[in-house]
Amino acid sequence: MKRRTFLVGTALAGTGALVVGFRVWDASFDRAARRLVETRRSHLLAGWVLIDEDDAVTVLTPGVDVGQGAQTALAMMLAEELDADWAKVRAEHAPADEAFADRFLVEGYVLKGQSLGVLQGAANMIFAEVARFMSLQMTGGSTAVAFTGQYGLRVVGAAAREMLLSAAATRLGADVRELETSDGTVVHRPSGRVLRYGALAAAAAREAVPARPRLKPRDRYTLVGRSVPRLDIPSKVTGALRYGIDMVLPDMRYAAVQSAPVHGGCLLHVDPKPALAIKQVERVVPLVGAVAVVARNYWAACKGLAALSPTYSDGGNGGVSSDLIFERQLQALNTNSGKIDVTIGDVGATFTRNGVRIATAEYRVPFLAHAPIEPINATAQFKDGRLTVWTGDRDPLASRMAVARAIGLSSADVAFHALPCGGCFGARSVKNSAADIYLAHAAEIARVMSPFPVKMIRCREEDFTQDAFRPQLMSRIRGAVDPQGKLVAWEQIYIAGAPSLATAFDIPYSVPNKSIRSVTVPHHVRIGSWRSVNSSQHAFWAESFIDELAHAGGTDPYASRRAALAEGSREQRVLEAVAKASNWGAPLPVGVGRGIALAPSFGTIVAEVIEASWANGGAPQVHRVVAAVDCGDIVHPDTAEQQVEGAIIMGLSAALHEEITIRNGHVTQSSFPDYPVLKLAEIPEIEVHFVRSGAPLGGLGEVGLPPVVPALTNALFAATGRRIRRLPICNV
Amino acid sequence: MLEVTVNGTRHAIGSDADTPLLWVLRDELRLTGTKFGCGIGACGACTVMVNGEAVRSCSIPIQSTNHAEIVTIEGLAAMAGGTSRLSAVQSAWISHQIPQCGYCQPGMIMAVTALLAKKPSPTDADIDAAITNICRCGTYPRVRRAVRALAGT
Repeated sequence: MKRRTFLVGTALAGTGALVVGFRVWDASFDRAARRLVETRRSHLLAGWVLIDEDDAVTVLTPGVDVGQGAQTALAMMLAEELDADWAKVRAEHAPADEAFADRFLVEGYVLKGQSLGVLQGAANMIFAEVARFMSLQMTGGSTAVAFTGQYGLRVVGAAAREMLLSAAATRLGADVRELETSDGTVVHRPSGRVLRYGALAAAAAREAVPARPRLKPRDRYTLVGRSVPRLDIPSKVTGALRYGIDMVLPDMRYAAVQSAPVHGGCLLHVDPKPALAIKQVERVVPLVGAVAVVARNYWAACKGLAALSPTYSDGGNGGVSSDLIFERQLQALNTNSGKIDVTIGDVGATFTRNGVRIATAEYRVPFLAHAPIEPINATAQFKDGRLTVWTGDRDPLASRMAVARAIGLSSADVAFHALPCGGCFGARSVKNSAADIYLAHAAEIARVMSPFPVKMIRCREEDFTQDAFRPQLMSRIRGAVDPQGKLVAWEQIYIAGAPSLATAFDIPYSVPNKSIRSVTVPHHVRIGSWRSVNSSQHAFWAESFIDELAHAGGTDPYASRRAALAEGSREQRVLEAVAKASNWGAPLPVGVGRGIALAPSFGTIVAEVIEASWANGGAPQVHRVVAAVDCGDIVHPDTAEQQVEGAIIMGLSAALHEEITIRNGHVTQSSFPDYPVLKLAEIPEIEVHFVRSGAPLGGLGEVGLPPVVPALTNALFAATGRRIRRLPICNV
Repeated sequence: MLEVTVNGTRHAIGSDADTPLLWVLRDELRLTGTKFGCGIGACGACTVMVNGEAVRSCSIPIQSTNHAEIVTIEGLAAMAGGTSRLSAVQSAWISHQIPQCGYCQPGMIMAVTALLAKKPSPTDADIDAAITNICRCGTYPRVRRAVRALAGT
């Protein structure tokens, strides 16, 4: 790390106890934060919690609501330590301002102490991931609860509680040791006097923030660990919640946009007249690699856009196809020795050893689209030299910087409002999914239309074709098992996926000789992070191959995996749990097969078993999915289950149907009819079981996805003897 | 001048006759609870009720709904007739904690409301056939559970 050492917390080896605290409070940030959120009757404590004089508690969260329920979980973690009255707690996004950067993920308020080196294994991987989020308000990497909650808002709650206690002690002239907190009040035990938090808020906000507040022991939790109703749900069933696309401003204009079909292409020519001839159309705006039509309503803008015949360059990529990309990747696998990720022992010598059984396989995965149901959109207004942007975005500070750069303003002249997102799955981020492109479009349209605000919406076809996809990739693996069926060599080369510090290439199994290498093969198609990022393909490759080795060696796929895991490890326990819950080994109806897969990701370990069948001439049928999940502890069991369930469905959808292909340089698919995603009728029975290991909190939003795909293809192999090495399954 | 009744209120419509009902609701009447998802009737996020039928409002021009009775997510509780702020389907959506991102749920709720109005006790096959809305978050298992509970099956 180039910047000065940042510290996010220290897990004390052995005890699992956590030392957390605040760094020296930065007064300038504190003043800025107060200015942004305080009102006459509400007071900001410890930087992130507003207490109103009428006792309402508002938890400011640095992440955004993309549907994962983290707002509720984060508010619970803070409220637990604060001893707040849960009925009076709500959660709100913190403003997109540096004063509310997610310093819990980064250098700021959290801790002095040891360097990252003290953390081991999975935890270390996540802490590396955390480094990506420095000075950001990033929602992603399954970090909200595991980091922002665990190392941040929990500590804020404890600090705010101590500030309230201190204010109460002064008010009552009492010793702080005689005071207790409960349900949003401070109680003076000797006298029985009770002070409401609301009555103490103004005084408490002036107290010094304690450097190292005391945290509750886990066994005294009364809120965390309970499935309280999610705070965000009521407004989502009445239609009242305003997403980015619901932005309405006085005199607002509407823009429809069309981009060069070949990513990276430029707009060569457009005659605006046919669009301007349409009623309500006001302007045709040429953009970098795109053209927009602005009208008094969105339908007129769409009609105007359809009337245009723009021409675009293809950046020299008009001959590229999915097949060509695979061809180049295959060449790279054959000729390039790649970057070494792991090398242990001597794989070469092992393959020549007498008696070993060798297998080789090659796997391919397609580009995948995010396809959130709310299409990409952004509203922007350029007025008096300042730009204001309203959009669903999971990294608002980075987006503010990007949009400022695009339009030649300083960040200080850009106000950025991150609104709730109608689905995310890896999209809506400058760093991870090319949000800078559409944000720059929205900003430029607003500049041209100044002073009117303009809401730009990508139509569904544009949303699909201009997405930043989970990349199309391939990998080849050669493995060897000894005569006893023990895995003795693993040699893998793969095409590198989306940039991410969350490494996904390694396998959880012990193998004395291992070599894993990666090769980068650039192409013009935009790629980005897609739910579970690189784990989405690596789990398919590794868990398919380990299954192939088991079948080749005539061993049971569960038993051979179990034997290759460290005895008593979390991975082994999760695998055992899923085998038990799925009744592994019990007889199945004729034609039904069972498949198993294990994938640790984002600090959480998940194993899944799928029962599936595939009748001749028919479509594959998924009957049952059983998951076992070890994410350490669980803040909100119902949301946890929901996240795993949703990820399983998204994984099944990808495995069965989803594929973006490239022809003549451009994306072939354009909407749900040619990019079908799973619907209700195809949903199998899903069971999620949690293994409570007490390990540090792991992520939950993405972790259910990686094992699904190989568990399904392994089940179909068990059912039919047909091994699927190329996705989606519908192409087989 | 075209005219429609939305959630019990009559509106004279200024939008062009070919404007899809969805954009009239959202851009002219400012009823943003009805969502744009695909524009071709494939995802169901824009589902509303037109004369009691579930209709994908992105694919029906306003002129073909002239004089129709339209109910959107904003008018669902009132249509149910009770004094509650929520309809039975909306309440079930809360008790089953269904929404994740929530964006597709107004359409999902409208589709389920229309189904239950026609078939108060739908079979699983009825549910599969009628509820073809897309939820990318994967709330489907809970949707099925809630519909079964509402149907008393």
